[in-house]
Formats: sequence, structure tokens, C-alpha cells
Amino acid sequence: MNSIQELFQKKDENLLSIYFTCGYPNLDDTTKVITELEKSGVDFIEVGLPYSDPLADGPTIQDSSQKALENGINLDLIFDQLKEVKGSNKTPLVLMGYLNQMLKYGEDKFCQKIVDCGIDTVILPDLPMIEFENHYKDLFEKYGITNVFLITPHTSEERIRKIDSYSKAFIYVVASASITGAKGDISNNQVTYFERIKSMNLQSNLIIGFGISDKQTFTTACNYANGTIIGSAFIKNLGKNGIDKIDDFIKPIIS
Amino acid sequence: MTIERILENMKSKFQPDKNGYYGQFGGAFIPELLYPNVKELEDNYIQILESEEFQEEYKSLLKDYVGRPSPLYLAERLSEKYGAFIYLKREDLNHTGAHKVNNTIGQVLVAKKLGKTKIIAETGAGQHGVATATVCALMGLECTVFMGEKDIERQAPNVARMKMLGAKVIPALSGSKTLKDATNEAIRYWIQNPETFYLIGSVVGPHPYPDMVARLQAVISEEIKWQLKEKTGKENPDTIIACVGGGSNAAGAFYHYMDDKEVELIAVEAGGLGVDSGESAATSQLGEVGIIHGSKTILMQDEYGQIVEPYSISAGLDYPGVGPLHAYLYDSKRATFLNATDKEALTAAYELTRIEGIIPALESAHALAVLPKIKFKKDQVVVVNLSGRGDKDLSTYIKHLEE
Repeated sequence: MNSIQELFQKKDENLLSIYFTCGYPNLDDTTKVITELEKSGVDFIEVGLPYSDPLADGPTIQDSSQKALENGINLDLIFDQLKEVKGSNKTPLVLMGYLNQMLKYGEDKFCQKIVDCGIDTVILPDLPMIEFENHYKDLFEKYGITNVFLITPHTSEERIRKIDSYSKAFIYVVASASITGAKGDISNNQVTYFERIKSMNLQSNLIIGFGISDKQTFTTACNYANGTIIGSAFIKNLGKNGIDKIDDFIKPIIS
Repeated sequence: MTIERILENMKSKFQPDKNGYYGQFGGAFIPELLYPNVKELEDNYIQILESEEFQEEYKSLLKDYVGRPSPLYLAERLSEKYGAFIYLKREDLNHTGAHKVNNTIGQVLVAKKLGKTKIIAETGAGQHGVATATVCALMGLECTVFMGEKDIERQAPNVARMKMLGAKVIPALSGSKTLKDATNEAIRYWIQNPETFYLIGSVVGPHPYPDMVARLQAVISEEIKWQLKEKTGKENPDTIIACVGGGSNAAGAFYHYMDDKEVELIAVEAGGLGVDSGESAATSQLGEVGIIHGSKTILMQDEYGQIVEPYSISAGLDYPGVGPLHAYLYDSKRATFLNATDKEALTAAYELTRIEGIIPALESAHALAVLPKIKFKKDQVVVVNLSGRGDKDLSTYIKHLEE
């Protein structure tokens, strides 16, 4: 069974997932960040592969990616780092990157590597459904990998139903028409959208992300989904306060 | 043979399939956030472009506002020098000084048909930005142009033009702060403002943009056909030469000749300081299959798929990818891809200026720069697409005046 699905069987509400950028703030921080996040009680971790041109990301994740690349991070180093924590870390990991990274690395080689790292779930925001259907569905199935689809306030009901049928880990509910990064409080429009999705009674678990940044937005979003992902706000805190203060960021949110 | 099969065979090899693929290149690799916008365009663009209403308005503006048809000029002294009949397709004489306006007029009309009133665009050297701002001023639409911070510094006159035309110019501060990043920023803005129309300046981006832009630039080869027939009695030249950054002027100049195997197509990329110098924009020579700005194409990238910053003296050619149609023309060997260095382009620009009295854009100078490299047969008819004029490049030209 998919590791995230397994997680949902144990806990299906108020889940907190944290996104972080590999190789940030320092080249060797990947394993430390994962260890600290696990200690803090995060439910699952989104492992960000730094990319030169992250189209769906706002300034915070763009900057952390650029810094990580300047630090000298690359996919081979990341896979080595992830293998290091494979034995000790029990918190499920989800890989998030852009399709070109997989394409250039070699699709089969990439899939094999992530499986070797104990990862079975990927988020590729620029992988469109039609390409998934025509090619990647079979590729991922071959390696037992599950792909997470994103839906947005503008995704049609018909399309959401189709995505629901393809989703084995969860559906990533993008909180607003936006790129990643904090937007302040959750608006009434967003609540209407979350309610609409919730009322569709989808078979998939729902995780809300993009613009979730603190206790308040976390709590509100969790009313309409199984949990949320926090990315930019965490990266900002990590850049400012360092790895030692990860717990200080997480605890107030989940307590 | 079924009717479908016959129709399929009649179709050009160089038109995209229903998913926007030219062979293995193309597609629409976009985040879900952009799906509704791109889908809306995909569902409507052909119908709009082929409608009588659109055609009438588009053609009338091209004629009376842009000044088309652009002349096809037999450059006699240049011809004499290279021993061939060299015709220049004078896109430099269009309003705003380049071929870019053919596309911006068309796309603005498409945007209006879709009920959009806000236009966004990316620009490198500023030519597409100026052409977009111009048509938005003409049609009374709100215009926002994204431009790399570095390019804003390098291309001050075009920034001033856009502002005078009423456009808002937003500096792209991310990445290398040039065209690639301006495009990233435009896409990010589009994600956050889905009510806007993204007016892409080249045959790049997700399907249907490459096809839509190629169709709008196709007027170039449509005119070459009848103009050449008037002058030589034959529609087909032996050779067509055009420069390629993203590839819109080349797509337009090649368009109606792609299926005519007897017409040689030559695409000229920017060699920068030399293809092997590490400072180049010769994508076909340095790139591999990859995805940029929503399109699978040939892309300059490192071994981990990180996009590499290209270099060229010409801000209009320093794009790390190439349109998917061109990737296919290259891969299928239908077109020959050559390149010209900064120095060769400068030399060609001076040569054209001195013997024909035409100052070409630096981009177009790259197309001219391969003339000395080709061995022409007797009476060979060559069309060079002179995509733009050189006013914007004067400071660069003056700097090299002494060399």
C-alpha cells in the first residue's frame, strides 16, 4: 500500500505536512531538516528538488532553490542524502520536483532511485493529466509510485472526478489561484471553494496547500480537508532562524 | 484507405497533432492552474483564426496599420558579392520595426474575441514588448510587460517606448534576470491573474501557442510566394534563410514551404562567442530534449535538467530553448541549422549597411552572416528574412565601429 495512504488509515484529520528545499540553507542540511521535522511531529514531509525554473513557486521557494543550487546540490547528492535517513526516518516522504528533472535524469533511473530511497509518492506540478494518461501512469505503476494531482478553484467538476479516480495518495487542493507563498488569512471565497470540494464526497483524501502559513490558516483549512501542507512560511523561518528552531515553528501549529 | 486516413496523409507533416506535438516535440506541460486558460485558447483559436471576421480585421490592419505587404527586395550588390540572387524580405519596414507586430495584432484580436481586456507579455530585447504595447494602445487594452532587470538596463529606448505607449513594465528579478526569467514571471502572473490574456511573442510555450504564433507569422511566406512569382516567375526560392531564437520569424518565413522538399530551409542560431566557448545560444547544437515554458523541445540544460543560461550579443536570440516546430525541423533534418558568432553577425550588419544602405537588427544580421559560409550554385535564388531593423542596436554597433 502507498505510504501516504497507510498514514491516512492511522490518522485522517489535522495532518501537517511540511515542504522543504533539499540542500537549503546548507548543502548537507537535507538529512538534518528531515530528522528535526520528524522529531517535531510532522505527519509527512514534502522533499523539494531545487529547480532553476520553478514555474509554480513564489519568491521564497525560488530563492531557497537558487541558494541550494548555488550550494552545489544535485539529484545524485539528494538521493545519497535521502538514502542516509532511510533506515532511521519513519515519517513518509513525498518528492516534489519539476518534470524536466526526471526527464533529463532518465525516467526509469529516476523512478528506481526514489524507490531505493523508500519513497513512493511524487508531486510534479507541471505534469499534465493527458501526459500522465498517455505515458507516466504505466511508468509509475511499474515502480509502484503514486502521482499526486493538483486541483485549483478553476478545475472543473468533471476533471476533479477524473483526478479523484487516479489519486491513490491524496489530492493536493491548491488553496487559491496562485503560486506558492503566504497570502494572509483564508478568505470567504476560499472557504466556499473548500466547501464545494468537500461536498463532492471524493474517495481521495484532501490536503490543502499554497498560502497556508500558521496555526490559524492551518486550523481553518483542516476543517475542509484531512490536512495541509506548509512550505514557504517554513522555508522563511528556516532561513531566518536555522534548523535548531524548527520545533519552535512546528509546535505552535500542531499543539 | 479510409477517408480519415486520406485526410491524415494530405495534412502537412509539420502541423501539430491534436495534443500539440510535432513529432516528439511540443505538448502543454503546464501546472493545473493554467489548464482552464490554455484549454479555452486551444478550443477556440483555430475557429477564431479561420473566421471571416477575424481574417478581414487582421488583414486590414496588416495592410493599413503595419504597411504590409512588406517588400521583397532583390539586393543586387549583395547578390553580386555572393554569386546568387539574394532577396531580402523586408520585415524591418513593418510598423514598430520588426515581424513581431504580425503576431501581436493577431493575438490581440483573438484576446478580444475571447472577451479579455488585460494583456500580459514577456520581452527580451523589447521588440515584442513594444509590438504588444503598440497594439494594446491601438485597441485600448491594459498592457503589462515583463522584462528581465538586466534587459531593462540594456534596452532603455524600448523600455521608454513601452512606457510612452501606456504599458506597465515589470522587472523580472528572478534567476538570470533575462528573457527566460521574464517568461517565468509572466507565467506566474498569469497563474495569479487567470482573467488576463498571455500574449506570447514567439513560437514557444504550451500548445496551442507555437501553432497560433506560426499561423500568424505565416503571412511572411504567403507574401514571399506571390512576390517571388511576380519577380522570377516561380513561387519557390531555392533557399530561405532566417535567424532563430525562439523561432517566430523563421516559422513565418518557412511556413508555406515546409512541405516543399525542394526548398532548402536554413535556420541560423546565435553562436555567441563560439559554439564550444561556453558562451553561446546555439540551442540545437548544445541542447537536449527537455521542457521549458510548457513545451517539450530542445533545451540547453545541465546533466540534472537545470536550465542553462544562453549567451548572445543579440538579446532577441538568447533563449535556452527553441520552438517545438523548429526542434522537429531540426530532428527530422527538414531544415539545416547553422550558427553565426557575435563577430560574424556584426560584420554582416556592417556589410549590409555599407553596400545596401540597410541597417539590420542584430538578430537578422545572424541570418545574413551565413551567406559567406554557403557555396551557392549559379543563379540560386535565396530569400533572407530581414526580420527587423537595427535602430535598437545602434549603441552596440557604434561600440564596434572601430573594429
